Formats: sequence, C-alpha cells, structure tokens
Amino acid sequence: MLSAEILKEFVQIVGSEHVLTSPEDLIAYSYDGTSVEYCPDAVVSPFNTEQVSRVMQVCYREGICVVPRGMASGLAGGAVPVSGGVSLCLTRMNRVLNLDTENMMVRVEAGIITADLQAQVESVGLFYPPDPSSVRHSTIGGNVACNAGGARCLKYGVTRDYVMGLTVVLSDGRILQTGTKAIKNVTSYDLKNLFVGSEGTLGIITEVLLKLIPKPEFARTAMAVYPLLENASVTVNNVLRAGVLPATIELMDNTTIETIEEYLHLGLPTNVAAILIIEVDGSDEETVTKQIETIGQVCRASGASDVRLAKTETERADLWRGRRSVLPSLVRRGPDQLSEDISLPRAAIPEAIRRIKAISEKYGLTIAVFGHAGDGNLHPSILYDKRDPEQVRRMEQASRDIFNIAIELGGTLSGEHGIGVLKLPFLRLALSPIEIELMQAIKHVFDPKGILNPGKKFPYHIKN
Amino acid sequence: MAEKITQRILQDISVPEEKQCHLCSRCGLCLSVCPTYRETLRETDSPRARLMLLRKVIEGELQISRGFVAKMYGCLNCLACNVICPVGIKPSDIALAARSMIHQARPQSLLQSLIFGNYFSHSSLMELSVLPMFLYQCLGIQGAVRAFGILERLPEQLRDMERMLPPLPERSLRHRLPEVMPARGERKYRIGFFLGCFQNIVFTNVSAATVRVLAHNGCEVVTPKDIKCCGMPHVGHGDLKTARTLARHNIDILEKLDVDAIVTDCATCGSTLKTYDSLLAEDAEYNVRARAISAKVKDISEFLGAIPLREPQHPQRARVTYHDACHLRRGQNVWSEPRQLLQLAGAELIELREADWCCGSAGMQIIMNYKGSMQILARKIQNIAATEATIVYAGCPGCQLQLGLGAKRFGLKVLIEHPIQLLDRSYQ
Ligand SMILES: Cc1cc2nc3c(=O)[nH]c(=O)nc-3n(C[C@H](O)[C@H](O)[C@H](O)COP(=O)(O)OP(=O)(O)OC[C@H]3O[C@@H](n4cnc5c(N)ncnc54)[C@H](O)[C@@H]3O)c2cc1C
Repeated sequence: MLSAEILKEFVQIVGSEHVLTSPEDLIAYSYDGTSVEYCPDAVVSPFNTEQVSRVMQVCYREGICVVPRGMASGLAGGAVPVSGGVSLCLTRMNRVLNLDTENMMVRVEAGIITADLQAQVESVGLFYPPDPSSVRHSTIGGNVACNAGGARCLKYGVTRDYVMGLTVVLSDGRILQTGTKAIKNVTSYDLKNLFVGSEGTLGIITEVLLKLIPKPEFARTAMAVYPLLENASVTVNNVLRAGVLPATIELMDNTTIETIEEYLHLGLPTNVAAILIIEVDGSDEETVTKQIETIGQVCRASGASDVRLAKTETERADLWRGRRSVLPSLVRRGPDQLSEDISLPRAAIPEAIRRIKAISEKYGLTIAVFGHAGDGNLHPSILYDKRDPEQVRRMEQASRDIFNIAIELGGTLSGEHGIGVLKLPFLRLALSPIEIELMQAIKHVFDPKGILNPGKKFPYHIKN
Repeated sequence: MAEKITQRILQDISVPEEKQCHLCSRCGLCLSVCPTYRETLRETDSPRARLMLLRKVIEGELQISRGFVAKMYGCLNCLACNVICPVGIKPSDIALAARSMIHQARPQSLLQSLIFGNYFSHSSLMELSVLPMFLYQCLGIQGAVRAFGILERLPEQLRDMERMLPPLPERSLRHRLPEVMPARGERKYRIGFFLGCFQNIVFTNVSAATVRVLAHNGCEVVTPKDIKCCGMPHVGHGDLKTARTLARHNIDILEKLDVDAIVTDCATCGSTLKTYDSLLAEDAEYNVRARAISAKVKDISEFLGAIPLREPQHPQRARVTYHDACHLRRGQNVWSEPRQLLQLAGAELIELREADWCCGSAGMQIIMNYKGSMQILARKIQNIAATEATIVYAGCPGCQLQLGLGAKRFGLKVLIEHPIQLLDRSYQ
C-alpha cells in the first residue's frame, strides 16, 4: 500500500488522470501475455523523461518497487508486479522525436507501438526490420528491454542490432544518455548494450535511437513439406550454403500442423513430419525470384516431398496465415499452454526435437514444436490443464527437462521472450557461478536498493 | 461482504459465458484496433481488460462497481476486437452481455426505464417528442447522470448535444411515405422497407431517397407503418428483455409482407435485424421465424449492388469520401457496395485513411462517455480533412450525427450524407 502523501506526489508529477488506484485499474495492470497475475499498488503513466526521473526519485527515496510496462504482451511475466509497488506505464510516451533520413536513424520515445514506428519510417522509404509477431501490440521500449526477435532475424538480426543509443532513467532518478549516431564506437564499455534485454531491472528506458535500412521492395515465399524431420533441418544449412540468405526460415512440426488443421482447416498437409516456410526479400525482383527458385530446388534435393511457391500476394499471405495461427490454435486446444523459447545451435535442432518428443511421451503431455529454424530458436509448447494439479506437476517436470535438453545441446533457456518470473527458477542451469557473481555486481551498481522490477530476470540479493 | 452481494445477485441472473473470458490468452492483439484504448492508452479501456474485469466479477473477486459499469458501457461496440481476436473470442459482444448482466443486477430508476423502456419502443411516443427532441436529449443526459452516476456534467457536453441535432423536419417520414410505393416501369421485386427511428424523425431525406431509388430501379416498396425500433438501443443498454419484445413485434409484421427482401438504410437497424435469430435463439416460438426474417434483410447498398441498376442521367461530379460505419463494415461485411454506388453516381471517391475506424458515436457515447467520444471524433475529422472531400458519406445515422457535430466542432466545411442521397440526385 502506498500512502496518500506519496500518491499525492505522483499526482503532482504526472497529473491526477495518470495515477490510477481503482480496483478495476489495478486488475487491468496485473497481467501480461502469460497467466501470472499480481496487482500493483498504483499505476503511474508519465509523459516524458523528466517525469519518469521525478517518479523514480520518489520511489528511490521511499524504497518503492517499480515495474516498467509497455503493452504487456510479454511472455515471461516480466511486466507483472509480483511484489506490488508502482506499475510504470510508458505508453503515453509515444512520439517520434527525430527522423534523420540522411543518417538513416530515428529517435523515438520508448512507449511507441513498434508497428507505428515502422509505418512512420516506411513512409519515407526506410525500414526497421525486427518483427516480433507482436509488433502491433508491443512497444519499442518493451522490445529493447526483451531484445525482441522475430521471423526476420535470420537475415536482419534482433532488436539489439538496431539500437544505437538510449536514454535511461536510473533507479535513483538520474538521467543517462548513452550511445551516439556514430556507427562505430569503442569508447570504453558499451553501456547501452547492458540495457538491451535487461527486462526493466537496470533502468527505465525512455528514449531509443535506432538504425534503419532501405526498405526491401520484393519478397517471395515458399512452403516445403517433409516426411522426415532431419531433412527439414538439413535443408536450413543447405539453403545457407547455396549462397542464399533468406529473411526467414520457420519450422512447424507435425503436432503443430495437426493442431492448426484441427481448428482452422487451412488445408495444410497432415501426416508429414514438418513444414518449413521460407521467405526471401530484396530490392531486385529478378534476384528475389531466382533465389526462391534456388531454394525450391535445394528443398527438394534435401528431401522435401512437396514445395509450393506463392505466386501472388494473397498466396503469400495464406502461407503466413498458418504460421501466425499457431499460438491461437494451441490456446484453443489447450486448455492451458506453456510456450518455451529455447535457443540452440542450428545443427542441434533435429536432436532437440527428437528429445522433446520423447519427453512428450514420457509425461503423457502434448508438446507442439515450432519456431525460427533459421536461427535455432524453438518454441516447444506444452499443452495441459491447470485445474488438474497432477498435470501441472508433469508440465513442470517436462518444462525442466526441456531446459536441460537446451543446455546439454549447447543452447540456452530463452532466445527472445526473456526470463521474467517464469524462467527464473532455472537460471542456475544456464549460468556459471562466475557469471552470476558478475551479474550480481552489475545489478548492484545500477539498482542498489533492489527496487527495479524485483523478482525478475536475475535472482538478486541486496548486499547489506 | 460486497463480494457476497455480487455473488448473490449473480445467482439469479444470466451471466455471460465464463469460458469465453477464460479462453483469452491475453496476447493483447485487440489493443491495436480498439478505439478506446488507442485514445486513452490505458489498459483498463481495452477489450483484454474488459474480459479480465468481467472474469473477476464472475469469480467474485470484483463487485459490480461503478468503475466496472463504466468500463462495460465504455466499449463502443465497434466490433473491431471481435474481428481481430485470434482465438475467436468476441469481446465486443461480451461487453454487451456484461451490460445485460448489470442491467439485471441493478434497480431500474424510473427515469431510466422511461427513456429506454418506453421511448424507443413506441414510435408514436417518440414522434410526440420530436419538437422538443432536444429536451429529450437533455433529459437523456441528466437521466444518465442520475441513473448511472458515472458522469461529470460538462456545459460543453450539453452544447455539443444541441449542436449535434440538425434542424428537424416538421413531420416524420412515416406519415409522408405511402404504404406501397409502386415500381417505376416493370415491377421486378417487391421490397419491404424497414424505416428506422432516426430516418423517420431526423434524416427523413435519406429514407425518402432510398424509397425513390428503389422504385426507380423496378422495386415495389412496402413500408409497414407499425414497425417499432429495431432494439439496438436496448441491447446496447443491456435491456435484452425489451429488445426481444421489440424483435418479436417486428417479426410478426415483417412476416406478413410477403416480400423478396427487407431493406434498410440504417447500418445499426440492418445489423440488428440480421441478428434477430441469435437474439431469439432461446425462444422456441420465434427462433426459426427470426432466422427466416434475418436471412431476408439487406442494407440498401447491399441490395442495390446485387441487382441491375439504371444509369444515372445526371452524374454528380463531386470529390467525396466514405466512412465505414462499424455496423456495416464489420457488423454486415458491407463495404465495397456503398463505394461502388458513389462511383456509379459519378463521384470522385477519395479513400479515407482509417476509413473503418469508429467515429466515436456508438449510440449513447456522447451521453455516456463524452470526452472519449470527442477524442475519437477528432481523429476521424483529421483524416477527413486530409481527403479535401466536399462531402463525407456514411451509411449510418449515428455516424452522420457524430460526423456532423465533428464538422461543426472543428470548423470543417464538409457536407455529411448517406450514399443513397448522391445516387438519388444522379437520377433526378
Ligand atoms: C502473440 C505474441 C507473439 C509474440 N511474438 C514474439 C516474437 O516473435 N518475438 C519476440 O521476441 N517476442 C514475442 N512476443 C513477446 C513480447 O511481445 C515481446 O517480449 C515484446 O518485446 C514485449 O513488449 P511490451 O511493450 O509488450 O513489453 P511488456 O510486456 O510490457 O514488458 C516486457 C518486459 O520489458 C520491461 N519493459 C517494458 N518497457 C520498458 C521500458 N521502457 N524500460 C525498461 N523496461 C521495460 C518490462 O518491465 C518487462 O520486464 C510475443 C508475444 C505475444 C503475446
């Protein structure tokens, strides 16, 4: 509970309309894209960096927990105020501050919806490539805080690859500007990259300077069907070795395909082991067309039983519809699902999927596997019923086993969704004692009082 | 204690399906298309939050509080979330169902039942008050203030309500339209025309034009005079009981007409009539009959788009734009037909940015949620201004009123009309 005096201070900073404490408001800010739920004590929505700084000064002085929040599309419980305190909502800070076409960079406030940012830069022929499926319902601040990826990562990289500079409000309210428009920069430590992927535990990101590229004009898409999982996996490497770098290579296993078909009847081939959806893009139509044809040949040579090239924009949209329907179809089949986000060396994918299938059998739970085969990031999704404690127990064991597989095969716990609260208990599987010790020290420098998004990302213990 | 009361209340009334709220995976996609969320950028004004709040009420963790009521009535029912939800939940419909739950749970004030229970239900009563319609509107505001207690009263709001109403015609259209308008030339179709409340009283020119254009294109047009309100205001308010009574009354009348199609020029009436079957799904006597009626209902542009039309004698060369009414675009999947009519009439059609974004009218929003409604309107007017059109077309009287107010409020020189009016002029 926050005292009336403190609430009054917040009101003085951001205005009464932007300090929310009604039960309805607290419920609305108690969740994100997971099933974790905890109410904040208050919701505060600042309008600019200076207001964020003043709010942080109050919280630092009083030792109040602060949970930064974008649009709460996160899949790790990161924006859920598990220890109460202030939910610091950045969505009102949604301006484009400077679009520099000459340097091809844009400076925006953290709360802008990523798709809105993309539309604005595309209107001047530029392109911001990172494309988490949640572009329309997540903020750039959230993307930076989670180092969001997406289908296009294989060719274009992740959010981090575009962050040139940040404005960050530190836990005590100081305002840090880090990074510049200079593309090369080795002047001492790279502070900005510490904040990328920090999930709100090191500071509040209020402004972001992003690198842009010219917009590729043409894209072609193909779907390849495989009777054997190995062949799908081998294809990925064969495509890359053939000298083509697709924007995306997405994989869906048989369970995923069956689930989509069961609910949507899109006419996807069932009774197959896997499907790959491959897309190439570029600024020259002829090259792009040639590339997709090469890919078609490579797929067949690598064991695809069927390859469909989308001829029109509608056919292309249809191919993507299947991929985009994965999560909702799983939700319908559920009733509950836990979607993991393990990241592996590319070559380990077939072995990982084989082992995940074995886990599925062992625990008697359906596990659908899909994800970004091109960059080794898989989303094994465990279906269960949370009303059945016995199933929940098996789900938890299966989840731990999946993490173990990832580690054994040289991979890691999360590729893009983040650690949040959900993966926190497994952190020690992936990090060495030295890493933990260093991270502990880093966290202490940035957040000595432990008020920034406690209980997330890293098991921080306040030093006495 | 409060929870107990809520639980007790919930035992006696029909509650929206709990499963629907539970299915929500909270992905947040609905936030991207929700006009109320995009205006306030506050989670509580999003479809995702409305589902969550309702779930909490059903689970007994939140009472049917003033805040809860305000959020359920704050939904514009624009249907955008219904269309986008990847799981197939219909949050917009669920907000309406929640209103019905609220309506059953709280005592009816005399005033409230006067407005909703009687006002729209009796066409003659509605006409009686045409002259002081503005008075009614004020009564509406103050009634809402008292009945819901969720409004701060703004002088500006009263002024805008007054400005919203165009000069009213002296006589309602019901008395002027013939019972049967003969087809011009050979009779190809026999049409039942459903004259909506607003067209009857406020936009009489629209429906007069509709009937003329139909007749001009070979339709014999029957306009039943004893038709009542379609029931949408009641559904919107949560009063399903009255809505169902109205639906049964209208079905009785429409059934007798023996017509090829039932045509309306009001987006809201159209979408409501088309869903009489689900409104009466549990009514053993009317269920099948409702389905037969619903299947015959066509928006005017939808109907005209499906029959051969006469060429206009006087093409209207205006620069125009078209706003998609929620209840046409998403409610009935009608969007290309009205555009085609405008082009047929000779207009140069400039596509409106965010044409299918709600204008903020949404029935009672100017009364229930004045500030939000005006913010959403501002966005629409900005987009309209960018088209430099001289006339904006919309197939819904609610939108027409709202856009008209917007033009006045923001000083935009633009005429607001229904597409049928341009086609009508091109025939004269
Ligand atoms: C349907 C669906 C599909 C998705 N697809 C993808 C995908 O393809 N790739 C992918 O990477 N992710 C994906 N996600 C996950 C999620 O959308 C991303 O993690 C996204 O970056 C979160 O942004 P947000 O604005 O919603 O942040 P939130 O969920 O509000 O917050 C996420 C984390 O970031 C912190 N945070 C937010 N804003 C700030 C800030 N300004 N300063 C400091 N910390 C902040 C929060 O404290 C929290 O820890 C998907 C989610 C859903 C529901």
